[in-house]
Amino acid sequence: MGVIQQILQQTLNGLALGGIYALLALGYTMVYGIVKLINFAHGDILMLGAFAGYFVLNYFGVTPGTLVLSFIISMPVCAIIGILIEKICYKPLRDSPRINALITAIGVSLFLENGARVLPVIGPNPRVFPTLPSVTHNLFGLGISRVQILVFIITIGLMIILNYIVNYTKIGRAMRAVSFDQGASSLMGINVDRVISFTFALGSALAAAAGILFASSYPQVEPYMGIMPGLKAFIAAVMGGIGSIPGAMLGGFILGVAETLTKGFISSQLADAFAFGFLIIILVVKPTGILGKPVGEKV
Amino acid sequence: MNKDRKTNLISFLIILFGFILTTGLVAFRVIDEYTAQILTIGGINVIIALGLNLISGFTGQLALGHAGFMAVGAYTTAALIMKLNVPIFPAILAGGLVSAVFGLLIGLPALRLHGDYLAIVTLGFGEIIRVIMVNLSDITGGPAGLKGIPPFTTNFFWRPVLSFALVYIFLVLVIIILNNLINSSPGRAIISIREDEIAANAMGINVFYFKIFAFTLSAFIAGLGGGIYAPFFGYLNPNMFNFQKSVEFLIIVVLGGMGNITGTVLAGFGLTYLQEILRFLKDYRLVIYPLILVLMMLFQPAGLMGFFGNKGFSLTRFVREFNPKKIFRMKNPGKAGEK
Repeated sequence: MGVIQQILQQTLNGLALGGIYALLALGYTMVYGIVKLINFAHGDILMLGAFAGYFVLNYFGVTPGTLVLSFIISMPVCAIIGILIEKICYKPLRDSPRINALITAIGVSLFLENGARVLPVIGPNPRVFPTLPSVTHNLFGLGISRVQILVFIITIGLMIILNYIVNYTKIGRAMRAVSFDQGASSLMGINVDRVISFTFALGSALAAAAGILFASSYPQVEPYMGIMPGLKAFIAAVMGGIGSIPGAMLGGFILGVAETLTKGFISSQLADAFAFGFLIIILVVKPTGILGKPVGEKV
Repeated sequence: MNKDRKTNLISFLIILFGFILTTGLVAFRVIDEYTAQILTIGGINVIIALGLNLISGFTGQLALGHAGFMAVGAYTTAALIMKLNVPIFPAILAGGLVSAVFGLLIGLPALRLHGDYLAIVTLGFGEIIRVIMVNLSDITGGPAGLKGIPPFTTNFFWRPVLSFALVYIFLVLVIIILNNLINSSPGRAIISIREDEIAANAMGINVFYFKIFAFTLSAFIAGLGGGIYAPFFGYLNPNMFNFQKSVEFLIIVVLGGMGNITGTVLAGFGLTYLQEILRFLKDYRLVIYPLILVLMMLFQPAGLMGFFGNKGFSLTRFVREFNPKKIFRMKNPGKAGEK
């Protein structure tokens, strides 16, 4: 295999991984756009979604039909969890200093991780995630696995649906209005609380889908599996410009490709360190991200 | 004699008396070795939590990587003692300084923006430091850990006494530095950043400079804590300094009340002791801790000290305002009211 082909192969793998990051980054960016909060618990929603999928697939066995079923069950479950977290933990703190909400988000994240760890049905040990038998297809001389095809179909499909919701529906217009100016949109008769809940639900459902895809690509599930993808998705969201939906998609794909290229050609151990190095470089060079607009703070 | 000087002298004598009393109790084994060890660990935790309180409590910028700074301080001190035979005291200070340099390097990009980014960058830093420690096996011993760091003294009788005394001295120094800083002009600038960054900026305060200053000092203090930890514990492993450890310091700060030195000291010793008692809970402890964080933020954001007003205890203020006559008069309100 020539070097160019190897690079192309790693880029393809990176795009598949990046799609998962992009799904997760969308949740970060939407929540940040509306309530200006880094939802640290978002990565753990991915973990919960993966476990929901795991239980469905374990119970019904793995066929393409049950795979679809796992998405249908896990996404609403996580959406409800997302709404509950927002209602119980974040809503009472909406008017308190930002650092209090951040600390709460850390607390929620650790609570979900360690709660899953002590829960008897989940437990601390990694488990093998049931997947379809792995088949590698040939695409213009490059190998593409069945899971990767699934990732591409689901990611692109969900992104199209999200784009439709945000740009062409009434609730989507309300979301954009609230993220632009919460006070003014409330005066225009928008139910801000409902819009915020809807945003958390949407983000969490996407995280659940990302969870099943992530678990299928590295076929295992464990309570701490959400931390690293969560952090990387956040970096992707910042890279694309936090608050910008197309930015999160772009950032996710870029970060995914960068990660597989680093793993393939430089060092697999340092790939995580490179991701954070990336974040620091972005903060120095262009803190608003690739597609973000500079916003002056209003007094 | 000048009144301020007198107050300071009396405060110093009280601190000295406390020092002699507590180390004496340890030396004569009135406080047994096990309790002395818990007190020493508690003191180290308090030192690092005080550092975290400076940036998160007083400046209002959340930092999540203080275990990383602790690791930098600990490994620097250990390497200096083991490889270069540097005496313990300068080695600990060097640990703090190296940690401060790291703080400066991380703070420069992260603090140019508002505080949320610092949380993520410091979190990432804590993880990267761990990866680097695992891979730098020449200095750090790699994943197996670094063994055989020489203790303060090899004498078994004096070891707990010396460890405790050293922690006591550093703890008092850190408290004095923080207390003086907070009650000075830069300290008020730092607190104004927490209260309202834009207003502080409009008042002509160089917000970026003071954030960097507070963060670097905070990293220095955490490095000191790590530096004391290395020879006290005698063994270092990269996995000791994980995210969970950083969160433990955050819990101390939140429980004691953000921006409350007294609260941090009490919560630090209290939690360290509680940890020993609650060992039987095992993994459930990991659920209780985050629950404390969330519940405190929801219902008592001023911390446990918030119940007693948010001022905290100040030794100098206590000495200055201590007046036996006043207490006597308060006990007999009838006499005072007659006039």
